[in-house]
Amino acid sequence: MAGPALIPAGDFRTTYAADTTIFPTKTSRNFAIAGVLLLCLAPQFFGGYWLSILIQIGIFSIAALGLNILVGFTGQISIGHAAFFLLGAFTSAYISNNAPIPVFFAIPLAGIVTALVGLVFGIPAARLKGLYLVIATLAAQYILLDFFSRAEWFSGGSVPASAEPFSIFGYTLRGDKQYFYVVLAYVLASYILVTNLMRTRDGRALVAIRDHYLSAEIMGINLTKYRTLSFALAAFFAGIAGALYAHYQQVVSQEGFGIERSILFLAMIIIGGTGSIMGTLMGTAFVVLLPESMEWLSLHLKGGAIDHALSLNTNITFLREIAIGLIIIAFLMFEPDGLAHRWRQIKAYWKLYPFSH
Amino acid sequence: MNTAFLIQLLVNGLVVGTLYGVVAMSFVLIYKATQVVNFAQGELLLVGAWVCWALLAKYQVPFWIGMPMTLVFMFVFGIAIQVLILRPMIGEPIISVIMVTIGLSTVFQAALKWMFGVNPQPFPRVFESQSVNLLGLQIQTVYIMSLVVSVAMMIGMAWFFRASKYGLAMRATAFNQQVAQSLGISVKSVFAMAWAISATVSAVAGVVVAVVNGVSSGLAAYGIKVFPAAILGGLDSVGGAVLGGIIIGLLENIAQYVDSQYLHWGNLYEIAPFYVLIIVLMIKPYGLFGTHDIERI
Repeated sequence: MAGPALIPAGDFRTTYAADTTIFPTKTSRNFAIAGVLLLCLAPQFFGGYWLSILIQIGIFSIAALGLNILVGFTGQISIGHAAFFLLGAFTSAYISNNAPIPVFFAIPLAGIVTALVGLVFGIPAARLKGLYLVIATLAAQYILLDFFSRAEWFSGGSVPASAEPFSIFGYTLRGDKQYFYVVLAYVLASYILVTNLMRTRDGRALVAIRDHYLSAEIMGINLTKYRTLSFALAAFFAGIAGALYAHYQQVVSQEGFGIERSILFLAMIIIGGTGSIMGTLMGTAFVVLLPESMEWLSLHLKGGAIDHALSLNTNITFLREIAIGLIIIAFLMFEPDGLAHRWRQIKAYWKLYPFSH
Repeated sequence: MNTAFLIQLLVNGLVVGTLYGVVAMSFVLIYKATQVVNFAQGELLLVGAWVCWALLAKYQVPFWIGMPMTLVFMFVFGIAIQVLILRPMIGEPIISVIMVTIGLSTVFQAALKWMFGVNPQPFPRVFESQSVNLLGLQIQTVYIMSLVVSVAMMIGMAWFFRASKYGLAMRATAFNQQVAQSLGISVKSVFAMAWAISATVSAVAGVVVAVVNGVSSGLAAYGIKVFPAAILGGLDSVGGAVLGGIIIGLLENIAQYVDSQYLHWGNLYEIAPFYVLIIVLMIKPYGLFGTHDIERI
């Protein structure tokens, strides 16, 4: 799925270590470090609204990263990702409310619990070839949401559960500005973790299964083990992201985490590029910013002819869903490698400018 | 034991189950012929029901003209989806194709809400609603009508596959695309035909549900219930899909009976099919009639 990497001519790699390096050149590494440093300054420059959007992008991009391990690297689909996200949120809230465990440790614990629950649904499907996982996760979506509405001890039933603010070693972080750094740390940690995972034997095994599962099996890769592993990893990151979301909102309700949200997670990685780690971040930003830009657009078109024809204000939610669906279809048909591929092409264009053909 | 209530629920289950069976059948039809897991099956029901509703309620077309018009529209609609959206995806990885159908379902779902609103609409009276007394049971005529239509569609489908030339071409394509093509079967038109038939049959089911319960976006739930039914019957068995649908329909209602009489958990009706789905995947993953895949290397 991922297109061939655009490596400049003359860049010969003679060792395996050089071939699996994260940053192909020193400049790219310096740019990455500079980018992270710039992001550290973001709370100083952005107001509350844009900061909250950045935090949302960060949180959802962790969940989308998990999904990308499953879809982009292993070639399986999950349409129950929102339910696992929500499970992580409720678990972390439950742990930090009911056990003397600080939120700092509750978040990874929630990830582990989510991964274990994910295994219950994933194991029967991972034994089979083909599309059984997508159907099993569909069941997971409904069963988990039903469980949340039922289990009042765990999720508060119909009443939203409350989650404590993030605290670390007795020091409590309050407000978006401080929470931004927590999310940033988690985003960095998960992205570095997954990037490195893809350089190991396990990561390459996943890619081999995606590309040709029969050849992979013949080469000694245990299909069941790695399919299950990738599903557990996907659920783990969904859980982590959900837990972060819970302690960010400090209220968890299952409102808005139906199957539409799972499709939204899929949209993030399709738009960003399945099988691309940086693409996940771009796709998440795209999907989070799309409703904002549509709202902005409808505000500016107010009273105009288009507004009259479509009655934008009352129908903005439907138009947004239509847009998401159409964008998914359009990307799959015309740009299956997503924004990541577009980005590589733009880079290649400027690298060779003005002789770009 | 509340026998009358139980029997009432079983009759309900049978009626709903045959409808599930019909939808599952059209789902399996697409899967068998084109290897596409169609996540927009429920939306095909919804489109059919809304189109028929619009013709009957908005434009005051009589039912005996409106229904054929709906069917023709759905036939063309099915071909249009296949030609415009799914044909360009041939040769792409199978998971991309699935995600396209997921995108389609989002688009249809939202577009229909946008055009027809979110409120359920009552369907115009097609039949005089009466109850028939059958062996001491009060059964609504619409239920009997629904059962008759479903069974008729199943028989029609069986005839189509066994006796008609197109049905034979479709079975050949499902068996082996390359061989079918080399024997002069146009695989392209078989693909388009599979979508057209599936959309038409789904629309009939959609209209039947709409006549009984009114039209609302909840109709798309039938598309989701297809998965337990098809998995239970075996993903690539048309007969299995029908049987799976009936079993799921009965099971839902038995779950409701057990729930209301003994357990009092609430909402078991909705969720029981999904537990069944997971259990079937664990113990009999290829369903009752599905073929085990044995691959040659």
